[in-house]
Amino acid sequence: MSFMKKSPWIIHYDGSSCNGCDIEVLACLTPLYDVERFGIVNTGNPKHADIFVVTGSVNAQNVPVIRQIYSQMPEPKAVVAVGICANSGGVFRECYNVIGGVDKAIPVDVYVPGCAARPEAIIDGIVRALDILEEKRAKLKSGKVEELEEQDGLPPEPFANKEGTP
Amino acid sequence: MYSNIVQIILPAIAYLVFAPVVGGLLAGIDRRIAARMQRRKGPPLLQPFYDVFKLCSKQGVSVNQVQDFYVAGFLLFVIISGIFFFTRGDILLVVFTLTLASVCLVVAAYSSNSPYSQIGAERELLQTMAYEPMLLLTAMGFYMAFKTFRLSDLVSGRLPGIVYLPGVFIGLAYILTIKFRKSPFDLSMSHEAHQELVKGIVTEFSGKTLAMVEVAHWYENIFLLGFVYLFFVWNEPLSPLLGLLACAAVYVLEIFIDNCCARIKWQGVLSSTWAVTLVAGFVNLLVLSFIK
Amino acid sequence: MGFIGFLVGFPALVAIAQLFIKDEGTRSVVTKVAAAVTAVAAIVTAIVFFGQAETRLRVSGEWLSTAVLIAEVALCVVIFYLCCKAHRVWIGLLSVLQTALTVWFELAHKHGIFVWSDFVIDKFTIIMLLIIGVIGSAITVYALGYMKDFHAHDHHVADRRPFFFFVMYIFLAAMFALVLSNNLMFMYFFWEVTSVCSFLLIGYTRTKEAERNSFRALWLNLLGGLAFCLAIITLGLSTGFVELERMVFLGRTGADVVLPAALLVFAGLTKAAQMPFSRWLLGAMVAPTPTSALLHSSTMVKAGVFLIIKLAPVLGDNSAGLLAMMAGGMTFLFASFAAISQSNGKKVLAYSTISNLGLIVCCAGIGTFEAAWTAIMLVIFHAVAKSLMFLCVGTAEHHVGSRDIEDFDGLFSEMPQLAVCMSIGICGMFLAPFGMLISKWAAMKAFIDSGHAVLMLVLVFGSSATFFFWTKWLGKITAIVAGKRNIERTVHKEEWFVLKGLAAATVLVCIAFPVISFGAVTPYLGQLYTGTMEVISRSNMIIMAFMVILLVVLPLVAFGRGGNKKMVHVNLAGENQGDDLTFRGSMDIPVPVSLRNWYMEDYFGEKRMLVLGSVLSGVLIVLIFAALLGGVINVF
Repeated sequence: MSFMKKSPWIIHYDGSSCNGCDIEVLACLTPLYDVERFGIVNTGNPKHADIFVVTGSVNAQNVPVIRQIYSQMPEPKAVVAVGICANSGGVFRECYNVIGGVDKAIPVDVYVPGCAARPEAIIDGIVRALDILEEKRAKLKSGKVEELEEQDGLPPEPFANKEGTP
Repeated sequence: MYSNIVQIILPAIAYLVFAPVVGGLLAGIDRRIAARMQRRKGPPLLQPFYDVFKLCSKQGVSVNQVQDFYVAGFLLFVIISGIFFFTRGDILLVVFTLTLASVCLVVAAYSSNSPYSQIGAERELLQTMAYEPMLLLTAMGFYMAFKTFRLSDLVSGRLPGIVYLPGVFIGLAYILTIKFRKSPFDLSMSHEAHQELVKGIVTEFSGKTLAMVEVAHWYENIFLLGFVYLFFVWNEPLSPLLGLLACAAVYVLEIFIDNCCARIKWQGVLSSTWAVTLVAGFVNLLVLSFIK
Repeated sequence: MGFIGFLVGFPALVAIAQLFIKDEGTRSVVTKVAAAVTAVAAIVTAIVFFGQAETRLRVSGEWLSTAVLIAEVALCVVIFYLCCKAHRVWIGLLSVLQTALTVWFELAHKHGIFVWSDFVIDKFTIIMLLIIGVIGSAITVYALGYMKDFHAHDHHVADRRPFFFFVMYIFLAAMFALVLSNNLMFMYFFWEVTSVCSFLLIGYTRTKEAERNSFRALWLNLLGGLAFCLAIITLGLSTGFVELERMVFLGRTGADVVLPAALLVFAGLTKAAQMPFSRWLLGAMVAPTPTSALLHSSTMVKAGVFLIIKLAPVLGDNSAGLLAMMAGGMTFLFASFAAISQSNGKKVLAYSTISNLGLIVCCAGIGTFEAAWTAIMLVIFHAVAKSLMFLCVGTAEHHVGSRDIEDFDGLFSEMPQLAVCMSIGICGMFLAPFGMLISKWAAMKAFIDSGHAVLMLVLVFGSSATFFFWTKWLGKITAIVAGKRNIERTVHKEEWFVLKGLAAATVLVCIAFPVISFGAVTPYLGQLYTGTMEVISRSNMIIMAFMVILLVVLPLVAFGRGGNKKMVHVNLAGENQGDDLTFRGSMDIPVPVSLRNWYMEDYFGEKRMLVLGSVLSGVLIVLIFAALLGGVINVF
């Protein structure tokens, strides 16, 4: 029996957003939605987390932060991009310093749309991430660590070719 | 030989096997009661077990080669002190071994040289300094009341310990808030995640290492409740029931306090704990030294 | 007699030889051989006399007494000269006063006093001989390498190494003689010799600070010497004896020896650096580390507690006992608190020494069988672990370039072997299952049984403070800090030999705990007390010994085997620059991570604790003496 699906711990990172999605993420913890029913805990610590929830668009300032948090998470791990800014950059997409969606910085497993994303949608996104987590766990268990790390490997660093911030 | 087996090996094995089960369940109950106090549904009863099993299936990640060793030491010595307790050994031996265990945990956190875990470790030290006098006074109180440190004699007295040591009991209940890592004294690490120190002393542990810490806490909680139990048993066959009830009552009270208090600063922890130790614990012993 | 003569005479001869050795190679050889011979002599003496009941020796004729008297006057002249040279005549007068008193007593009243035994070798003496012989001479060997580095680092200090080693060996000789003496007149002389030796060692560097501190040590110890001298006179006049053993015997059979006992305790308090006299030991840190190690662990302060423990059977619920209990208890508590606020390694050690001695004095003051047992055990464990700690800090200081604990960050990566030695020393000082803690365990029992509730309080709070400051130090040195290189290759062979030897000894005495207890301490006390008992039950001792073994074996088999885990960087909130040592701050500027321990200056500030402890303890001492003298005057 696998317990990966029964105890997903989350780390939440807010890129540059209007905070709308963050509030909805936190709303999930309130008595009305109470995600702890599913064993979901909001840890602030990449080393404890299974699911990386990113809200807001990603810009030159926080690219390294997101990539570092992600790489500090032990396998199996999944990434959920919450809100349209995280999915694609949203209204900030054309900004000079915004790279677009989170998937330009780290591999994303689940996209939760919305502006802001509703708590129900966020919970749904996380539950979908559970299946992906389970798949990765099976891979880890069967010893395919390299394959897994390849799959979860970081894409080339955005802004890497430019000097400093754009 | 036979009596040795009954008196030492059986309780030791029982503790080894059942303490994590009961401790885990206790943690599950704790989370559910806390959730109900916040008008939430809360996680499944077995959630703590799910968490630990999940942690065991995670990839091994570490910041250095040595922290696992120290954490294993923490688990080992917590178990050993619990065994001393349940085989009815010497109560001071239990306290000292527990201190050794907490030193292991603190050193594990220090070894990572990470700001979060090191500040957590220092806070843990401070908490230990805050509660240690009361824990020792508890042992001394029992010695004054029953003229022995041996637990086997403490549970078979003519009167329960609470009769002699009501103040000490209050003091002990007060410091148990620190030991159970409940608000307002959860400075070094809180069961509620996402605090100002990330996860304090355990920040740099992950996967199996973290699971070890969790399990150690289950073991620890069980025999800490054992201290509460000690106050309520005497040579009356039904008294263990009273002891268990008292344990339950104290634990629910701790959950309640946890849920209606905010974390306080270290100054508050140290001064209030020492004040309680002086007022409740010491005055009790002073009185006892006069009437005994 | 031959043994005693050799134990005292050999180091004294070596000392004189050291004065004339200017060549480093010769000194090295002579010191090593001398240390080995001294240690072996102590061990052989121990073995020879261990099987026997206590051995009493009497020097026939008056020649030794006369010689000692002459030496005493000579010593007084030396002190007076040194004091006058440094424009501190009043300290010299203190010495003159007590020498005058002694001479008066010797000439006017000595005829009526018969001495049964000048020297006594009992099991406690044997323990002390071993401590002095083994640890003391190990420290002199360590000093070889250390002093070489010391003068290489510090060019302002004149190289007076022949003199340094001379004083060290005189010190050892005096300590041997002191613990062997039963005749208080002799003991008093050697007592004064150790005072002067420590004065000379503290003032070794001849800086302003060293001079000030050395004279402070001198006058405080001379004050104790004065009390010692008064004790002899009152004892001699009231009972007609000047023997320690006889005094204890008389005291136990009902004679009133409280006043001399109280005076001797007072002398012991000054020598053992109890509050309010503790400042001399703190000042002693200006001296080179081997001095501190010698003063703190095996000699000097141990002379003070030795005397008080010897008196333990006549202490207890009388003024003299109360004096020791209160001064010791207060010192234990406040010195432990003060240690929290210190980051200077040697200062932490100094406060820890003072506090441990406080506990020993306090136990001796209680005077019951179990309390005395505890006190002796504490002496043993403290001597071994503390000397190890001092020498570790000394070595670290020369290689890290600082004695500040904050600078020992990552010592585990820089000097792994030294860090292990230091960890053993630290664990030996406060952690179960090591000896100091077991002794504390017995102390708790003794305190409750004697019914002193306030002392119980002192003990529990003091112990928790002890836990705090030692563990934070342990944490500092066990931290694995990235980017540190191994720098311990240049540590001298002699230093390694002594450090590792002492580390092994720290572990060994813990494993041998039951043997020491049943073999030496209980038999010794059994002769002084009626009704012995098991202070800590045999089974618990064995459990503890097993735990020590476990703690030694576990790291050997499992340490550092983290498995094939993936190494990741520490969590710096996603801003780790990749080296674990810097994070990206605002404006993209790399900020170094710096981790500092807690010192809680506002709560446990050194000055406040010293003042509080000294005032409390001082007032208690004054009150007790006032009551005591009041009682004496009433009797007349």
